Amino acid sequence: MYVAVKGGEAAILATHDLVAQARRGDAAVPEISVAQIREQQGLSCARVMNEGSLYDADLAALALKQAQGDVIEAAFLMRAYRTTLPRFGSSEPVDTARMAIRRRVSATYKDLPGGQVLGPTYDYTHRLFDFALMDNEGVMVGLDPTISGREGATAAGDARVKPEHDVASLDAHMPRVPDILGAEGLMEPEVPPEGDPRPFDLTREPVSFPADRDVRLQAMARGDEGFLLGLGYSVQRGFGGNHPFVGEIRVGEVSVEFIPEELGFAVDLGEITLTECQMVNQFAGSKDVAPQFTRGYGLSFGHSERKAMSMSLVDRALKCREFGEAAEYPAQQDEFVLYHSDNVEAAGFVEHLKLPHYVDFQGELELIRRIRHEREQRLAGENEALPEAAE
Amino acid sequence: MNAHQTLPADEAVPAYNYAYLDEQTKRMIRRALLKAVAVPGYQVPFGSREMPLARGWGTGGIQVTAAIIGPADTLKVIDQGADDTTNAVSIRRFFEKTAQARTTEATEAATIIQTRHRIPEAPLTAGQIMVYQVPQPEPLRKLEPREAETRKMHAWAEYGLMQVKLYENIARFGEVTTTYDYPVMINGRYIMAPSPIPKFDNPKMHMSPALQLFGAGREKRIYALPPHTSVRSLDFEDHPFRIQSWKEPCALCAATDSYLDEVVIDDQGSRMFVCSDSHHCETRRAEGHRGTMLGDATANGLVDPSSSTVIPGDRRETRDPFRNPAGQGSGMDPGSPLRSARDDDAKVETGADS
Repeated sequence: MYVAVKGGEAAILATHDLVAQARRGDAAVPEISVAQIREQQGLSCARVMNEGSLYDADLAALALKQAQGDVIEAAFLMRAYRTTLPRFGSSEPVDTARMAIRRRVSATYKDLPGGQVLGPTYDYTHRLFDFALMDNEGVMVGLDPTISGREGATAAGDARVKPEHDVASLDAHMPRVPDILGAEGLMEPEVPPEGDPRPFDLTREPVSFPADRDVRLQAMARGDEGFLLGLGYSVQRGFGGNHPFVGEIRVGEVSVEFIPEELGFAVDLGEITLTECQMVNQFAGSKDVAPQFTRGYGLSFGHSERKAMSMSLVDRALKCREFGEAAEYPAQQDEFVLYHSDNVEAAGFVEHLKLPHYVDFQGELELIRRIRHEREQRLAGENEALPEAAE
Repeated sequence: MNAHQTLPADEAVPAYNYAYLDEQTKRMIRRALLKAVAVPGYQVPFGSREMPLARGWGTGGIQVTAAIIGPADTLKVIDQGADDTTNAVSIRRFFEKTAQARTTEATEAATIIQTRHRIPEAPLTAGQIMVYQVPQPEPLRKLEPREAETRKMHAWAEYGLMQVKLYENIARFGEVTTTYDYPVMINGRYIMAPSPIPKFDNPKMHMSPALQLFGAGREKRIYALPPHTSVRSLDFEDHPFRIQSWKEPCALCAATDSYLDEVVIDDQGSRMFVCSDSHHCETRRAEGHRGTMLGDATANGLVDPSSSTVIPGDRRETRDPFRNPAGQGSGMDPGSPLRSARDDDAKVETGADS
């Protein structure tokens, strides 16, 4: 009570100064700018935008700077800001078939209209440090360490050679793989619910269970990447019954359109970068429905394939109710997945254990001392009773 | 409890609404509160907002307070019974910033008391509102993890599981081993989680003249006890409910009827027991009640013999992101360059001593 407590206000203010110092680090090292984070830590920014549920790369970079790179803290900053923003309407649905493709791969077809586009990916790099990045500013950056090791490359890296890219322009239209299967009737169709209602907004209304798919997808889109990754992995390892193929992953820019009521026609608001993953799962069928492939869907802001893939695995697992499958595993239980994937809520509740609990703890102390005391008395009484029993 | 859209004419204040939440959100919360008051003990789902404080750190209570506070109110915030615990300070500052709230440490002077884990020792009066911060609103959650199931159990008043749990406690330990968040029956209808107050405080809820509101932000539930509502702690005829008691009185104010915290005072296992309700303890000391260790504590500077050194609502603070112009600071805390203007050296020294 009084020992640790008076002066709490001054101590709290001191923590603000200390964390500002810790954030800045050694003042001899130049301060990192928000623009540098936005441009050079783009994958972190994407994660913060996803888990913060707000598409704004500048704010994501600012959040990362302010949070010393702590992604969950940064997402928390984004959400606390987002919640104060006015909602002036809903955009038109974005059309990912019209995406300006940066990367598009399918694991189900060797080739397909539009082709395989590898784009920027770590997938084919060797995870060897490129030590040239350590101390050279302004070098032309290549991911493959063999590039900077080429003959003629100096320590300064000036002679680095930019690899020749295939500059052939991509097809303007690349059909989505599930649509190709759908044309043949082999893929479970995506049908909007009756009346095509406006999607649920779980940041404004409380969720009830069982949750519909719009709620599930929304929760996963802002859910923790690590949690969804683990759940998706559990489905693959046998804590779930799905056997998916990556029908397609595509990354690129789509335009967002909005129809202002007073105008009555769509206005282009700008572009956002999206990653979309569609998993093709093994067939389900029944007496009435012919066997067909089923779909797992993942969509995330920025370039974030791991998140989109994990989400599409769990999306399919959560559809178990629709397909009459038993919900036996964690990834199939919507309450489990939705309540526990929100890392800002989870972090808050786990970390609240740091708050004082001495009132409750005193109750436990009082109880355990009393129970032990009563037990000692009972045992002592039994020992005294023994000689009598022997007589 | 008036709605206020207007902001003070201070240009340094960013466009946050009075008490942070926008008026539509407050209206939504007030509707949930009205429903909760109409059905005592029933958990009303509400569109809990994301707050600038962490989930699990009182966001439910903060939203309820933000929805009901007005300029005529006087706010008291306590955590573990004390006004100066870190999180209570943080929440009080939040309302001082966003609602220019008049704050107090005096229980009787408060119109709204936001609390975590305690009910003040001084009896509450008609017109006062208690706002409880609730981590887990569902008393059945540890018995049944699925929300879809527990809602049915409440709907059917199917509470056998809870009785069995209490019985099993008695069978194993000779008594019910729940010491806080002890389940209560409201108005003979709903089992309710009283929030993690010690069971010592449960009887204070029964027929209280004050309105009691409960906010669970992370779990998105609100529930309420209107004044003069029956609150019965669950028990059995042959194992009646009983509250905690201590063998010794408060070491500072000699109170024998208050909830005590245990303070370890050296590494030899010595300890002292002091009131958890800091205002209650101070009031009693001011009235001349003296505990056995009060002299020592004063001599060591652990207790200020005059009164509290921290003045709630002290407006000299300038290090304040809500009141100071943004963009002058470090990004982490826009007010920090103005830190030197802060006149709290005395407070810092007090903190260092203790």
